[in-house]
Amino acid sequence: MHPAPSVIIFTTLSGLGFGLLLWLGMASEAPTGWEAFAFFAVAFALSVGGLAASTFHLGHPERAWRAFSQWKTSWLSREGICAVAALIVMGLYAAALIFFGRHYAILGWLGAWLSLGTIFTTSMIYGQLASVPRWNTSLTSVLYLTLGITGGALLFGKVGIALPLLLLAGAVQIIWWLTGDKAFAARGSDLGTATGLGEGGKVRSMAHPHSSPNYLMREFIYVVGRKHSQKLRAISFILMAVLPAVLLLLPFSHLFAIVAVLSHVAGVAVSRWLFFAEAEHVVGLYYGMR
Amino acid sequence: MTQLPQSTERKLGLVIDLDTCVGCHACVISCKGWNTENYGAPLSDQNAYGADPSGTFLNRVHTYEVQAEGAAAQTVHFPKSCLHCDDAPCVTVCPTGASYKRQEDGIVLVNEDACIGCGLCAWACPYGARELDKAEGVMKKCTLCVDRIYNENLPEEDREPACVRTCPAGARHFGDFADPDSNVSRLTAKRGGMDLMPELGTKPTNKYLPPRPKDQLEQTDMLAPLLDIVAEDTNGFLGWLDQQLSRLPGDNKQRGK
Repeated sequence: MHPAPSVIIFTTLSGLGFGLLLWLGMASEAPTGWEAFAFFAVAFALSVGGLAASTFHLGHPERAWRAFSQWKTSWLSREGICAVAALIVMGLYAAALIFFGRHYAILGWLGAWLSLGTIFTTSMIYGQLASVPRWNTSLTSVLYLTLGITGGALLFGKVGIALPLLLLAGAVQIIWWLTGDKAFAARGSDLGTATGLGEGGKVRSMAHPHSSPNYLMREFIYVVGRKHSQKLRAISFILMAVLPAVLLLLPFSHLFAIVAVLSHVAGVAVSRWLFFAEAEHVVGLYYGMR
Repeated sequence: MTQLPQSTERKLGLVIDLDTCVGCHACVISCKGWNTENYGAPLSDQNAYGADPSGTFLNRVHTYEVQAEGAAAQTVHFPKSCLHCDDAPCVTVCPTGASYKRQEDGIVLVNEDACIGCGLCAWACPYGARELDKAEGVMKKCTLCVDRIYNENLPEEDREPACVRTCPAGARHFGDFADPDSNVSRLTAKRGGMDLMPELGTKPTNKYLPPRPKDQLEQTDMLAPLLDIVAEDTNGFLGWLDQQLSRLPGDNKQRGK
């Protein structure tokens, strides 16, 4: 799959933003006043910024409001509804904390659930696609949720919880990579089943329908990304889990905390780039490629 | 509305005969010709006369080589367009309701006025049947020529999809799969019509007829003596001519002796 910057920015930043909103909503002693303002400003900047980035690749962003209508079947529609509902509820919760110093726990918990729901529905946009076997597993949701919750804990300064979460996120990430590597073969699709000609012998693509790449090839066949995938996985894992964990174990300093957050975000961004670049769509089979 | 109908009254679709298709791409051209000026936005081209031309097409012809163990390779031309699946994953993922499957005839369509061009339906389709038009920013796909098949302004023989109407080899057939006696149902039953990627559970309507097995070289050798030219009528002028010509050197049988 083509790793479009808009979707990488969207899933990385909004995952982090809704992760932070989740922790702010669950907090028993939530910040108030200026401190609350700072936290919510970061959370809203990340979540809203991510959502805005996701509209960049739309052919007709002016019609985006229509995307709230098909919640009965569409995970993308459900994600839009969850995100807007979470932002509205958390906006009210934040306003009460910032301007009135009032902590409405019930509003916070509702917003926390909606934030969690947003991360989950985002993961299902990809996890539902049988056409991309690497994504088509419930582990994709586990990965997105773990990374969102971990990033949020890190941003919220929950050092005690963030440390085990970082290790968990690293483990989930490695399991997701390893199972993903076997997913395409396990699905059983090859040029033989794609053309139905497999029973007659070995099928080979002899000529493409067109002389230069088209939308399908540009969008679904991305081979370049796989060349350095193992190195990138190592870089992502170190930045996402190892380095932040080490920094949290050192005596606390604000500089270390900031570096830990930035390192984690960079690691998740690399992981998201690989998420798209390594994913193979079955349509590539028709071109004798993957 | 992106909920799939429980069942459709009719199941209109295509049978594509891989034994007959000659790979001429006439269906590709007639499809583009009809659909660029009828239903919805035109099918745009980018850099059409440059070094790297690209464009939106609803039907494309691949060419494959199939080789069984120890046998000669066989070339198969393979036209591919929307299969109008019963369980169409492209429809249910659509966030706006632009994609839908018609209850009356099973055709999968895009309402381009509601399409935001997010591309998720193209991601969900295993067959590459949907292409996002670069100029219009909306999703394009085969409509089964919905603006031809019911069009009473056209002569009756033209009320079938443009690709079927134009195919010079007769490799494409249009009909109703819900009717067990229709041309397409009978062809599918008789020739072992198959689904593409059945393991993905999309239940395609369109069916492909596999190429018939080709003759083997040994069989040709075995039949060769029977193909020898035998003059049955040895009387008259032609009989005399046959005898005289056979006496000349270079005759098949003489060489054999």
